[in-house]
Amino acid sequence: MDRVLRIVVAKPGLDGHDRGAKVVARALRDAGHEVIYTGLRRTPKQIVDAVRDEDARFLGLSSLSGAHGHLFPTICDLLREEGLDDVVVFGGGIIPDEDHADLHAAGVRAIFGPGTPTGDINAFVLDAADREEAGVGAAGGWVWQGA
Amino acid sequence: MRGATPASLHAEAVAGSRRALARLLSDVEDGRASPKDFDTPEVAGRSLAITGPPGVGKSCLIDHMLRAWAGEGRRTALLAVDPSSSLSGGALLGDRIRLTSPDEPDLADRIYVRSIATRRATGSVPTVLGDLVRTLHLCGWEQVLIETVGAGQSEVRCAAVADRIVLIEGPARGDAVQAEKAGLLELADLILVNKSDLDGAARHAAELRDALSLDAGRPPEVRLVSAKTKEGLEEAMALLNDLPERAGSSRARARERLANAVERHLTGHDDYESMLAEIASGRRSVEEVMEVLWRG
Repeated sequence: MDRVLRIVVAKPGLDGHDRGAKVVARALRDAGHEVIYTGLRRTPKQIVDAVRDEDARFLGLSSLSGAHGHLFPTICDLLREEGLDDVVVFGGGIIPDEDHADLHAAGVRAIFGPGTPTGDINAFVLDAADREEAGVGAAGGWVWQGA
Repeated sequence: MRGATPASLHAEAVAGSRRALARLLSDVEDGRASPKDFDTPEVAGRSLAITGPPGVGKSCLIDHMLRAWAGEGRRTALLAVDPSSSLSGGALLGDRIRLTSPDEPDLADRIYVRSIATRRATGSVPTVLGDLVRTLHLCGWEQVLIETVGAGQSEVRCAAVADRIVLIEGPARGDAVQAEKAGLLELADLILVNKSDLDGAARHAAELRDALSLDAGRPPEVRLVSAKTKEGLEEAMALLNDLPERAGSSRARARERLANAVERHLTGHDDYESMLAEIASGRRSVEEVMEVLWRG
């Protein structure tokens, strides 16, 4: 692995289920990346501050509380306000299919539900790392189409 | 902003841009920039290493320090060093989990936290760490903390980068000989035994004092504290603010820095890998290889 990417994995909001976030963090570490895990119950502002201070290229958000429709777009907006347009955002947890389109429109480039092979997430990260259009501030609405 | 020159990132960081500071530190860490690119000799700073075995409460104590200093209006940057996996080269950096002080809106401007992975080249970590500390000083972060797990030689050398070293210990750590084996006692300028609210902390502190009294020279102070109950923390903070350097520790730290420079010289040599193969295959002796690597 020559390519080391810095990735923040975060749990926004009030749910305490971080098994999924930890599995993803571990898989990305095992793929050779540097993963910064924020811990539970972080506000959008705290998460964006961590992404900025850690100079992360990727932000993975996990939510199982049902509040993703509010939290994920709020975080994407804050990232753009901070000028962190080149950060790539992806999400996971319990996200109903009918919510995907709104999250994609907000700037979330991939959504990984239960049962996703970790290899898919690794493939997404490597693919998106080379794409200008993958940043949260990029126009065009690019969405990852799978490996 | 990616691709901006070190000098322009430095100027922006001095003006208060956290994003520019973060990018500049990445450039220094990855070898794309050096603090020499924007150094001004009159900028001074101090650095403090907080080290100790896993689980003794380093992060919780650091959280207290960051909060106390930020409350007084002092700005502090933390470089939290965690090991990279020797298998994948990746790292899971979890020091932020226990830090709540950077989340307080009133304090956030005065606290900067950066997670650092040790990556692969063992000899280069302390050198890079030294450059990161200097970069932070030059960007207006006069006070820098380095958090390292005090186990193993490379971590000892990371701690040796700092001006002062504080060793954190805890109860149920075995006898004081265990602490001596880690090689950190001789480097410490101050020892804090955390979790004083638990059984065994006072006894461990007494054993450490006992062990240290056998050494020549002035031993470091051993203080009992509790990050949980806050016992002893105010006194410990007063000590930290004006920590004298022990003669023994300055010599031990100089030795670690020199040993690191030697290792870096060897491992950074163009012929290092081929010379390793020569030794492994028996074509050259270690002494012969030293002749080659040392001259180059």
